[in-house]
Amino acid sequence: MYPGRFEYHAPGTLDEALSTLDRYGDDAKLLAGGQSLIPLMKLRFAVPAALVDINRIEGLDGLSEEGGELRIGALVRHRTCERSELLHGRWGVLGDAAPQISDPIVRNSGTVAGSLAHADPQGDWGSALLAADARVVAQRSGGRREISLEDFFLGPFTTALEPQEMVTEVRVPDPGPRSAGTYLKLERRVGDYATVGVAVHLSFDNGTVRRSGIALTAVGPRNLRAHAAEAALDGQPLDDDRIREAARLAAEEAQPRDDERGSAEYKRNVVRVFVERGLRKAREG
Amino acid sequence: MATDVERAAPVAAPPRTHTVEVTANGERRSAEVEPRMLLVHFLRGTLGLRGTHIGCDTSSCGACTVLMDGVPIKSCTALAVQADGREITTVEGLESAEGLHPIQTAFHEEHGLQCGFCTPGMMLTSIALLRENPDPSEEEIRWALSGNVCRCTGYQNIVKAVQAAAEASR
Repeated sequence: MYPGRFEYHAPGTLDEALSTLDRYGDDAKLLAGGQSLIPLMKLRFAVPAALVDINRIEGLDGLSEEGGELRIGALVRHRTCERSELLHGRWGVLGDAAPQISDPIVRNSGTVAGSLAHADPQGDWGSALLAADARVVAQRSGGRREISLEDFFLGPFTTALEPQEMVTEVRVPDPGPRSAGTYLKLERRVGDYATVGVAVHLSFDNGTVRRSGIALTAVGPRNLRAHAAEAALDGQPLDDDRIREAARLAAEEAQPRDDERGSAEYKRNVVRVFVERGLRKAREG
Repeated sequence: MATDVERAAPVAAPPRTHTVEVTANGERRSAEVEPRMLLVHFLRGTLGLRGTHIGCDTSSCGACTVLMDGVPIKSCTALAVQADGREITTVEGLESAEGLHPIQTAFHEEHGLQCGFCTPGMMLTSIALLRENPDPSEEEIRWALSGNVCRCTGYQNIVKAVQAAAEASR
């Protein structure tokens, strides 16, 4: 298999990349890690007229903390996240998700920002970053905006990104010092897409939950935040009853479908069990 | 914002070709390629390095694993143009004047292969692992190799081979 024909651009600067995108509009795709895009092009599900390869642009591969906020550049690979000391503790939801994405070789190439822009409802980063209240920085020639991840995902493989825009960075707000989280994923075999994934990210204040983030993978048309489950926890002490109640609500909010990975009923049960398990783990820190 | 008129017209003629120059197994090689040529086809077809195998062709099996600037990648899921200016190591680059690479010796001695189809990818991934972690546990070896599938299911001896190579390098 090989892709359809396309023009190839490998700009050396962000400005050049954005003006190339501007020129092609809907007909161009950005190439970062290529771990989703190239397979789609080989299957001819995607036949872009041009590829804009951003891998030669310097300064997009930074993973850093600035003023308490986490910044993930457009070329940060899964592998970098997997090995980063930053993504433990208060950003444990991200550090726990990274090594569960695909397999080690794919993780060497694939990027966090590319995964979000691809917007696969089975994508792991979408849930981990939704739970952490992340937003994407979208740039175009002469313009820039920030989009909360909640508003970014519109549906399966569909985002709020305009064709002329590029995700240049992902930003994750400081959850505060007393924060913890995790990402739990059920897969049929190593490297598979999630049957179900659950991201949990909690901030505590004087023994109560100040803010909770719970997001679900592969049980809806996009990565879903479990709003009702979150509302049941916010401002409350995290006792066993509330954990069970939040898990029950999250399972209700999930929108699973029967497929080769399991029945909808089974997946709903996995959501319940994983939310409960994730919350207990976050409580332990 | 560009108007429709300003936008590039759909591609009718074959797209512009690009010169790709790589250092493949220490040797400078270059060729003109179409952008859509996959790295694995460039290595096998253009450079004649057929030790890199095409297995699943869907980035699942790892048979096409090569090292790009020392990092394992699946060459069925990379474009040849992306390798321009980079260093590529394939299985052909492992043997040197001194003889087999320690990982090759270990796979030979521990019987780390049955049909041999996955072996180039297995060895290249193992080399990258041992560079990063010269003394991996069995579990670490298994996780590191989890993107490489052995269709003969000969994993026990593959893990033993990696352990033997680590031992030999100490």
